[in-house]
Amino acid sequence: MVQLDAIQKRLIEEIADLHSVPTGAYNFRANSKLAGRNTTANIDIVSKPDGSGIDIHVKPGTKNESVHIPVVLSESGIKETVYNDFYIGEGADVVIVAGCGIDNCGSQDSEHDGIHRFYVGKNAKIKYVEKHYGSGDGRGQRILNPVTEVYQEEGSSVEMEMEQIKGVDSTERTTLAELKADARLVVKERLMTHGSQNAVSTYQVNLNGAGGTADVVSRSVARDESSQTFNARITGNAPCSGHTECDSIIMDKGRILAIPSLEANDVDAMLVHEAAIGKIAGDQLVKLMTLGLTEQEAEEQIINGFLR
Amino acid sequence: MLEIRNLSFAVDEDDKQKEIIHDLNLTIEDGKFTVITGPNGSGKSTLARLIMGIEKPISGSILLDGEDITALDITERAKKGISFAFQQPVRFKGIRVKDLLCLAAGKRISVSEACAYLSEVGLCARDYIDREINSSLSGGELKRIEIATLLARKTRLSVFDEPEAGIDLWSFQNLIRIFEKMRAEIRDSAIVIISHQERILQIADEILVLADGRISEKGTPAEILPRLIGQSAPVSACQKLQ
Repeated sequence: MVQLDAIQKRLIEEIADLHSVPTGAYNFRANSKLAGRNTTANIDIVSKPDGSGIDIHVKPGTKNESVHIPVVLSESGIKETVYNDFYIGEGADVVIVAGCGIDNCGSQDSEHDGIHRFYVGKNAKIKYVEKHYGSGDGRGQRILNPVTEVYQEEGSSVEMEMEQIKGVDSTERTTLAELKADARLVVKERLMTHGSQNAVSTYQVNLNGAGGTADVVSRSVARDESSQTFNARITGNAPCSGHTECDSIIMDKGRILAIPSLEANDVDAMLVHEAAIGKIAGDQLVKLMTLGLTEQEAEEQIINGFLR
Repeated sequence: MLEIRNLSFAVDEDDKQKEIIHDLNLTIEDGKFTVITGPNGSGKSTLARLIMGIEKPISGSILLDGEDITALDITERAKKGISFAFQQPVRFKGIRVKDLLCLAAGKRISVSEACAYLSEVGLCARDYIDREINSSLSGGELKRIEIATLLARKTRLSVFDEPEAGIDLWSFQNLIRIFEKMRAEIRDSAIVIISHQERILQIADEILVLADGRISEKGTPAEILPRLIGQSAPVSACQKLQ
């Protein structure tokens, strides 16, 4: 049974679109305690003996199953570091939904640092969705520092969607990926900062085997006085192809630093980077205003679309 | 009915004011398909933008059904029933065709309604409804989606700024067909098209010729076209008309 209060349920809805207990495997963590767990014949979840996190084992060949591992913090002053390790068997095809919601109404900072490691077997395929959300009007900060490490065997495929749209005061995201031959990595990051928030996102993708591909795309919006740093490096150590793109809308007094970078250590590594930062185009606002939207409504539509 | 009275518009150029529209007067009647033509630089697009409120005049007034809308902004004019198709349709990252049609209709519309608007402009709805309005769409596709948004708005005055600009010959044939249909179905509304395409001029109820920021001539295609066609360039045609 999953035991959550109203605030925790609201956080879960925000980060995992869950309105009830999901089918399939899950592990709910609320205020540093296990709030519910379910395993299936193919997916096992076990707590690490030292209590530092969980191990998730997906049997080889598992198809069309999902794992939900949401974390919510609704008490002020919690600071935790959690290690979640995923072992994905050969040829498996699963969806993993993670995410952290913090509601901080108190004066002490709340911090969750989730370290997720993925060991993806040969020809396995995963889709990983991670959402971060903060709420509460206390003076305490809402801090999330996720670390994601991905180790991909030959022919495996990983699609990651990372989203942080609201309410997280400070975040430092680090993603490391090591890809063997014919492995594929697609990352789609969506980020919006407001107020005086600060977000740093760092990627290091190493394409170590022939035929490996990586596509790291970030779209972000910096409003008010918030600041962002996007630092993505793709390293090609074999015949491979890599692309990284950072596309940002800057508003008000926001600040954005984009540092896409490439490193080729093989003559057949094909690597491309793109970065663009700019304010909302005036003709976009005008077009939507000619449809009867106010300037503010037009701005919201443009941002919603951009961060889709 | 749209009335424009003594309208003037100027831009700052080299620290001086350069007048683009001079004391212009015109009336656009309901139930009519009006084409405004003239040489490049004559102020056609500026006039269209002044009607929509994208540009503000230095003097004069604009009345919609007798109500002075000169002081209204773009949003307010849109709500009063004016719609505008851009010469260069705007691209949006992430906004899909169906999203734009919903925004244009001002409500959530069903997939079949959205499909009806797209079919009207000759696009296979299934292929386009979920497409983003980004650089993956060609000029002709964007133009037709732009027109579909005006169809979805169902306003009483639709202004098209050079709908033929930037589209290929094949798309142009389709465009003419769309306008012919719009003209046939026009009732209490009015359509204004800025164009210098003969095929579009031919289907007008009334042609207004704009030269140097003034209406230099107006009349039916039968009256105006013979004088425009056969000239070496519209510029010389319009200069001779003055």
